[in-house]
Amino acid sequence: MIATAPTAAPIVSPFHSVVDAALARRLLAIALSHGGDYADLFFEYRVGADFSYEDEKVKTVGRGITLGLGVRVIRGDATGYAYCEELDERVMSETAKTAAQIASTGASPGPTEVKPVLVPDFYPVAVPSIQELPAAKLELLRRADRAARAADSRITKVICSFSEELKSIVIASADGKLFRDEQPLMRFGVHVVAEQNGKRQNGSSGGGGRIGMRYFNSPDEVKSAEWHGREAVRVAIAMLDAVEAPAGEMEVVLAPGDSGILLHEAIGHGLEADFNRKETSNYSGKIGQRVASPLCTVVDDGTTAHSRGAINVDDEGNPGRRNVLIQDGILVDYMHDWISARHFKRAPSGNGRRQSFRHNPLPRMTNTNLLAGPHDPEEIIRSTKRGVYAKRFSGGQVNISNGDFVFSLTESYLIEDGKLTSPLKGVNLIGNGPDVLTKVSMLGHDFEISDGIWTCGKDGQSVPVGVGTPTVKISAITVGGTVGGTKA
Amino acid sequence: MSTQHESIEKLKSEALRVARRALAAGAEAAEVLIAEGRELEVKVRLGEAELVQEAGSRALGLRVFRDRRSAVTYTSDFRTLDRFVDDTVELAKLSEPDELNTLPDADLLAKGELPELELWDDKALDTSAHDAQRLAIEGEKAARGYSPKITNSEGATYSRNVGARALAILGRNGQEFAGGTRGTYQSLVVEPIADDADGKKRNGYWWTGSRFVNQLDSAESVGREAARRTIAKLGAGKIPTATLPVVFDPDAGRALLGTLFGVLSGGSIYRRSSYLLDREGTEVASSLVNIVDDPLIPRAPGSRPFDGEGLPSRKNVIIENGKLLTYLLDTYSARKLGRKSNGCAGRGIGGSPHVTSSNFIMQAGTTPTANLLNGIARGLYVTDMMGFGFNATTGDFSRGANGFLIENGALGQPVSEVTISLNFDDLWKSIDAVGDVLDLRTSTACPAFRVAKMTIAGK
Repeated sequence: MIATAPTAAPIVSPFHSVVDAALARRLLAIALSHGGDYADLFFEYRVGADFSYEDEKVKTVGRGITLGLGVRVIRGDATGYAYCEELDERVMSETAKTAAQIASTGASPGPTEVKPVLVPDFYPVAVPSIQELPAAKLELLRRADRAARAADSRITKVICSFSEELKSIVIASADGKLFRDEQPLMRFGVHVVAEQNGKRQNGSSGGGGRIGMRYFNSPDEVKSAEWHGREAVRVAIAMLDAVEAPAGEMEVVLAPGDSGILLHEAIGHGLEADFNRKETSNYSGKIGQRVASPLCTVVDDGTTAHSRGAINVDDEGNPGRRNVLIQDGILVDYMHDWISARHFKRAPSGNGRRQSFRHNPLPRMTNTNLLAGPHDPEEIIRSTKRGVYAKRFSGGQVNISNGDFVFSLTESYLIEDGKLTSPLKGVNLIGNGPDVLTKVSMLGHDFEISDGIWTCGKDGQSVPVGVGTPTVKISAITVGGTVGGTKA
Repeated sequence: MSTQHESIEKLKSEALRVARRALAAGAEAAEVLIAEGRELEVKVRLGEAELVQEAGSRALGLRVFRDRRSAVTYTSDFRTLDRFVDDTVELAKLSEPDELNTLPDADLLAKGELPELELWDDKALDTSAHDAQRLAIEGEKAARGYSPKITNSEGATYSRNVGARALAILGRNGQEFAGGTRGTYQSLVVEPIADDADGKKRNGYWWTGSRFVNQLDSAESVGREAARRTIAKLGAGKIPTATLPVVFDPDAGRALLGTLFGVLSGGSIYRRSSYLLDREGTEVASSLVNIVDDPLIPRAPGSRPFDGEGLPSRKNVIIENGKLLTYLLDTYSARKLGRKSNGCAGRGIGGSPHVTSSNFIMQAGTTPTANLLNGIARGLYVTDMMGFGFNATTGDFSRGANGFLIENGALGQPVSEVTISLNFDDLWKSIDAVGDVLDLRTSTACPAFRVAKMTIAGK
């Protein structure tokens, strides 16, 4: 029954028939009927699916559909926002009226004409994964499960999961532009538990992006389903021997790729322009000043092909871009949405993003990268007398106002006399953003983009993001272990 | 006389209709959740409106069973509901047979009148967007007026959610349940900012929230308390690395309690991903620790008249005098562990039922809160934590912390940019004092408490 058709029934966005330039113009006219400086419409049709595999069985199969329209009206710095979940024009018009309440004087002219605008496609996918038959995804999970079980007899639990979505969006704005985009996204993960002599440890690995199933397919290739299965096992087994981590300030070397999370927290959020418009960020008013070691150039790049954070167009109708934020240690730019761009009297930077039609856009990161430096990664480790090598992370968090951030390690090693020695138990690093980037003392030439697993939360909204770094050495940061504290 | 509202009755009959449709399409059993709600969010900053958001939403979640296989789906697109139901029944063919993954047994489902828990306040809807804006402005103004040290503001936000949900369960093995509930909740949060001498900015917040409008604190008192807490952080910095007694403010302690819930839930136990595996009946905390999960407290934020699988709500004593009496279980995790659910399932629109806490409460102790610092020559008072440094499988715990140094039994200089670490098993066992004040404003709640010593990593 399965083999005869290469794909499942195509998913047809309902917008193709219902949402056109004429409808957008009518709704924008209503949105601006009480006055207001600007308005936009965000139509979203999202089909998602998820599969999980546990105890050598398909545990869950799920599918979900969301459909809706968000209407935003801006007057000064104030936003009126409303949404509805159907495409009946009467209901959509009511929604536009609700959003319009934010303005109360007169009426602003809506666009006389709304015209479709084409943008380049940074994530062309011949067949979005969600249109492949579910059997293909279940096979992927089985392959990862088998590889993990075969890798080591100490593995007592394997849980594999796959989630995917295809988001069709239409954005129309008061300046008469209409964008359409189809955003495929998938994420695959393996979680294992290893047990030995009464000790238990876990390990995870995963990947994905705005790509098709092909990404996981070769059994030999790094980042195949099997590779992720074995990698999760490697982490869990390595951590069985983990020892208590040291406590206090010391040198830390960050592995390439996932360590970009540190960058994302330590400096990325502080460069989102809403915080700087409100002067609530540590980086407010610091454009042109040194904020990092001269080794550091940081870019936010929505154009990285097929990456989890890539966007052809942001969620308020600005094409995705590559923006340099820090050049050789000097702060050169913030990331903007429409409101902050207007405040700073500049063009939007393609960073206006939202979780869904139920949310108003905010300045958000896409793929945030610290570019490669001049050093040999092995030399970086060799140069470290006593410190921590941080390899895998479960996430981080930042306080925007004072720049303090934390960053949780799930796989890390002690560095002693230039060599990696004992694996360390789960530990946090804590530092201060503006401070830590000035302490980048060596930067590898081995830039790597993290596999597509990260989701960023801000003001209750989650969006997919990417990060990337080379090997990084930080001359001093506080490691939150338990060994080395003096007694009170 | 029924206390159920007519909108709930409508949702219930719609949910039952969809469940019947699933059975007609070939399912042996079906579970349908319909949730609808209205939200209002008004944010002001520096005295002006920044965001006014108003909307209603409606969504349906469906779980069907067929030949011991299942599928879980959801939609907010009601245009094509019947086809959606048929597709879901078809989708179940893709999963694999799992004897344990079926509806709860018929005799376990709630029957008769559901408890009346006073979760709805008719007055909630009287607050207009305009009123909400006025309250937020009042709160922010009180914060900014509290002291000239308050130099900026993240703003103030008034939010209100009102919603109703209905759960219908029908199965060929006699399962039948239809229940509904509705609730209101509103809150006001104020977030002032102060400039510190070292160029850093210090932010703080305070909030009030309740299902009932007349139980909210005044906007002015919220704003003043937010300002007081923000200013107290001025001058915060690292302290030297040391092993010290740590007192957790209820706001920070709540986060520890929430983390403990995760390792007590049946899902993490049968997945062997909890350091509390095989620990029922043993000491897992100091004898001062008593923890219950109680969904039946009238007016409380986490109360529910039935659980996410249609089982009657019940109070469970989880930890008594430090001894672990039971994990929190839903039907699937209970069966995996060879026992019966204790009614701890939650159910959201987007997925299968799974263990959730209702009102997860660490009971008040006997030490007057003011005395928790007594006898501490040097220690740390933690007001909030950052990051996700917890390994559920091993209990290793390390998080960023902010708060105040304790010196000779009194709060001293503010502290930031340090981490606190200790294995969770040791942390809960070394609690040596529990405060006597419990605030039930949040669904996970605890008094302030003291841990004998933890490693603090600083400079």
